[in-house]
Amino acid sequence: MSDVNITVDGKKVTAPAGTLLIEACKTSGVEVPAFCYYPGLSLQGACRMCMVKIEKMPKLQTACTTVINEGMNVTTAGEEVEQARKSMVELLLGNHPLDCPVCDAGGECELQDMTFSYGAAESKYMESKNHKEEQQWSPVVFFDRPRCILCYRCVRVCDEAMDVAALGIQNRGSGSVIAPNMGDHLDCEECGMCIDICPVGALTSGAYRYKTRPWEMTHTGTACAHCADGCKTTLGVRRSETGMEIVRGDNRDKSGPNGDFLCVKGRYAFDFANHTDRLTQPLIRRDGKLVPVTWEEALTFAGQKLAAIRDEHGGASVGVIGSNRTTNEENYLLQKFARVALGTNNVDHVRTADFPAFAAALAGKPGATASVREVLTAPAILVIGNDPTEQHPLLAYQIRNNVRLNKARLYVVNSQSIKLRRQATLFAQIPQGGEGTFASYLAGDDQSAPSASRDEWSALRDQLRKETGLVVAFGSELRGNDIASLAKFALKITGAKLICLADYANSRGAADMGLYPDLLPGYVPLAKGSKFRDAWGSLPDAAGLTLPGMLDAAKNRKLKALFVVGANPVARMKMLDAEGLANTFLVVQDIFLSETAALADVVFPAASAYEKAGTFTNTYGDLQLVKKAAEITGTKSDFEIIVRLAERMGFDVRKLVTFGTGTRADMGQSRGVQSGEADRNAVWLEAQNLEPKLSPFDPAAAFDEIQALVPGYQVSRLNLMAGNDQPTQLDLNGVGAIGDPSLIQPANNGLFSSGSLGRYSKTLNTVIENKNPQSSEVAAN
Amino acid sequence: MADLVSHPDEVKVVSKRFGQGAADIDRYLALDGYKAVQKALEMTPDAIIGEIKTSGLRGRGGAGFPTGMKWSFVPKDSPKAKYILCNGDESEPGTCKDRLILEHDPHAVIEGVMIAGLAVNAQSGYIYIRGEYRYLSIIMQKAIRDAYAKGFLGKNIFGSGKSFDVYWHGGAGAYEVGEESALMESLEGKRGVPRIKPPFPAVVGLWGSPTVINNVETLASAPHILLDGAQRFADYGTPKNGGVRLFCLSGHVNKPGVYELPLGYSLKKMIYEVGGGIPGGKKIKAVVPGGSSTPVLTADEIDIAMDFDGVAKAGSMLGSGGVVVIDDSTCMVRFAQYIMKFYQHESCGWCIPCREGTDWLKKTLDRFHAGGGIRKDIDNIQYLAENMMGRTFCPLGDAAAMPTISIVKKFRKEFEDHLEGKPCPFDPVGSARQQLLPVLSH
Repeated sequence: MSDVNITVDGKKVTAPAGTLLIEACKTSGVEVPAFCYYPGLSLQGACRMCMVKIEKMPKLQTACTTVINEGMNVTTAGEEVEQARKSMVELLLGNHPLDCPVCDAGGECELQDMTFSYGAAESKYMESKNHKEEQQWSPVVFFDRPRCILCYRCVRVCDEAMDVAALGIQNRGSGSVIAPNMGDHLDCEECGMCIDICPVGALTSGAYRYKTRPWEMTHTGTACAHCADGCKTTLGVRRSETGMEIVRGDNRDKSGPNGDFLCVKGRYAFDFANHTDRLTQPLIRRDGKLVPVTWEEALTFAGQKLAAIRDEHGGASVGVIGSNRTTNEENYLLQKFARVALGTNNVDHVRTADFPAFAAALAGKPGATASVREVLTAPAILVIGNDPTEQHPLLAYQIRNNVRLNKARLYVVNSQSIKLRRQATLFAQIPQGGEGTFASYLAGDDQSAPSASRDEWSALRDQLRKETGLVVAFGSELRGNDIASLAKFALKITGAKLICLADYANSRGAADMGLYPDLLPGYVPLAKGSKFRDAWGSLPDAAGLTLPGMLDAAKNRKLKALFVVGANPVARMKMLDAEGLANTFLVVQDIFLSETAALADVVFPAASAYEKAGTFTNTYGDLQLVKKAAEITGTKSDFEIIVRLAERMGFDVRKLVTFGTGTRADMGQSRGVQSGEADRNAVWLEAQNLEPKLSPFDPAAAFDEIQALVPGYQVSRLNLMAGNDQPTQLDLNGVGAIGDPSLIQPANNGLFSSGSLGRYSKTLNTVIENKNPQSSEVAAN
Repeated sequence: MADLVSHPDEVKVVSKRFGQGAADIDRYLALDGYKAVQKALEMTPDAIIGEIKTSGLRGRGGAGFPTGMKWSFVPKDSPKAKYILCNGDESEPGTCKDRLILEHDPHAVIEGVMIAGLAVNAQSGYIYIRGEYRYLSIIMQKAIRDAYAKGFLGKNIFGSGKSFDVYWHGGAGAYEVGEESALMESLEGKRGVPRIKPPFPAVVGLWGSPTVINNVETLASAPHILLDGAQRFADYGTPKNGGVRLFCLSGHVNKPGVYELPLGYSLKKMIYEVGGGIPGGKKIKAVVPGGSSTPVLTADEIDIAMDFDGVAKAGSMLGSGGVVVIDDSTCMVRFAQYIMKFYQHESCGWCIPCREGTDWLKKTLDRFHAGGGIRKDIDNIQYLAENMMGRTFCPLGDAAAMPTISIVKKFRKEFEDHLEGKPCPFDPVGSARQQLLPVLSH
């Protein structure tokens, strides 16, 4: 589009035609205040704060609804404009309760800021204010009507961005009030976007209300611990008697791949971390009972026992099961520990998507995967299987808003009439379990289409072939050769990219880091693992047992020891008969006493993803920092526990973690006036690999090795350390493998469930009970 | 049903068929009905618009926008359907003319809608009738049915090969919906709140299509213009203010009612001769010249010509033609309070200055009139109104602010007479009955 020249306060500004004046002012560094204007949402023109003077216009104009014209001469200061802003603030404050001292938003309130910047100190009214009692609309949404300034941001975000439309307006004039769709409560996805977007304290979070003052918290932006979409959530942390407690999750840091979005889990379900059932002491089984012991005792016992079993029965008698929720560094370390310290390839995890087949289909095909950011801009999207609204809320958000804002074409192929159908250009309903057949049809097997659907499928395939830049997202319904079929079809389309959808925060990372019995990190087959063998010094040749294989071997008394990190195979594989593991020495690291941990001989209390550092790779392959926000006294990171265990086994930890020697540079004060400088220095040094890793417990040391050895992980370290998500490159990976499709065991978590973390989230449980009171009664019985 | 009045100075054009039973389609046909639309069918769209421009017809709803120009804004090459929308949401206090047209001459409105449709190549029209005018919507429904039965509406109207449909739609009781874009929202089944302009309805209107939206009286004038000649219509009025219009004379006059007078008619004459003067030998204190939203004129300011430009020169607006006469026994504070009660009740709540401003003005005026006012309030009332002026989303805020500002400026002394707990000087007994708020001193 051509550019338009305007003048703002005497400054020349050039912006593309069609730009709104308020945005053009922003580019020239002039702030025009506004409450109701919000980029990406429909224009409102309701708050009248953004009024500016435009030459040749008799009245002040709202900058948020005015499109710039060539030669427009705009004044954003001066008596008339300032008086208009001042009077708007006065009018807003008229009915506002001014209960800032007890308001959640106090200190981070746009109305406070606007009053400070543009308002007046004089109170002009003496009548009583209009008042209404606060209301609870859902377990997580509270509404304080008197504080509401009626900017309609919540109404619009719920309707336009979320396609939920659970909020509306009732009454008129000064009686106008935001109201929930069910009269006195909300029936919605509980995403809390309305709370995030509220400029004042009218909509507040049930999980955070009256807990703290904003300035008493420190904030940590980190990858969410729940689903595989990899949103960045900002955790507000405060000192508590058990360490550092998370008191709030929100999305004020818009720098993540999720932009404005955060779902119910990212926002509220941090509370599993504070659950009173958290393990905070190591446990050892004595006389059939798990009893608390010291870390030293537990580590020595487990380490010596594992070493003894390895020495007596050989590495193949030991199995290791990793996690979808531990960091890349921990997963990498765990498989290295298994292969190098225990001498076994019996490594696996609960697989929730067939990444080895995905890697096999795309090996050597550069640029064939899409980051989650790209979904927001792709010209066309095909979704096969899965229900993104439930299982991948960010993906659904990106798709929905791409269709809304950029008119992207969406094609949905599903056995159910999923919600995204509302945005779809074409929707094809396939039989239950028909995803694979559909993939074969796409790949050219015309006979695979059911006769009734032949015309529909044919029209859809023709339409898809006409697209360029198509993003294809598929759920775990597609596995093995079906993925190959789909990729074969997609890669003939110019610029097409694929997305393989898994379930958990680091499912992709677990796969990428080689938690497989037959594949090394980066989907490198064992036979081609010379690079790893050279770096590690040793590597067993034979492929190990899969997860079900290990459980069978345990039952048959062939597996003498099983080391489980952050996984619950007993529950996930429905292996509920305790006899199956009775003769296996079971060591479990977990944050809760899971079904598996309850059977263990030694249990180590682990730190959750919010209490440690490292990286996660979301299901799209975007690598992100995991930052330590909170701390629970008594726990240790899985990384540290594995290293300590290796040490007690008598293994040289330097072979496990290549930590260095040296002295730490003086980077100045970490608090006080120079703290920002110290942080910047630290980020830079770390990014340049100049920061010495003095501790074997420093996951950054493992990350060095990952960057050196794992194909596709050679991302910009500076960008990563600065908090940006970095796409990894699947095409550089090894050749992958086509495995047994039954090894894929998706959890299919919905919007309000999140595996064991979800079970320990009070907020999620309350939300579920509130949605379906009957089901909770049944569960209780 | 309203009684009809008349005066020799009247020039009956739009009101020509009032009292003649023209709601009946055969009677309407006997009174030259549906001749204008047949004439229009033989004209080009440009020729129709040209006639309307020549007539000098300006919008009768309040803003006075030249009608021919409005019609010419509809893009000719737009592939979208085009709509004619008749604004029958007459709600401005002091205004009661459209109801007479809808009651006595509904077919003229239908015919006007059709002519506008032919001028802009629209094939359907909607007549939106204020919710409180339920009895009029019954009359209109019958009129539309009869027109269809005669083949005047529907396919191949008058054998021309052209089609035109007319629908009626009832309001739900909101003054705000008289604003054209809010009316379109309401018609589309949404909350009656205004839209951002531009785009204007002529380009993006009803259901996103080009739409002509006119007042009932404006559209009802069109058949007469085509039939009697545009120049003749123009000549009734003053230059740039063509034609006649229905003035709704009410308040303290001996003969209130709706009178059709040429534009430019003297306001003073209208009150004293047409309206028969002030009852009880009282004097005029103020006059609202064009509906409750226009600034009031004092007794000294009424020697003016009642056309758009003449009233504007006096610092007010011709508005919707609702002339309200206020005699010297009336309390202007009470009058301001009364007006604000209306606007506070009718504000749609969309934008801050109107929603909050009308609320605070009403609260303040209530207390003030009840004797709880302090000196600072007088400036504050003016300050509030002035800060609403020109800053609201739609003209409703201006409509509330304009009379308030004029009353405070022109009748400040009456406000001062209410200070310090004094009862209303015009109604000491009545005001004492109102709950008196504690007097605050500053």
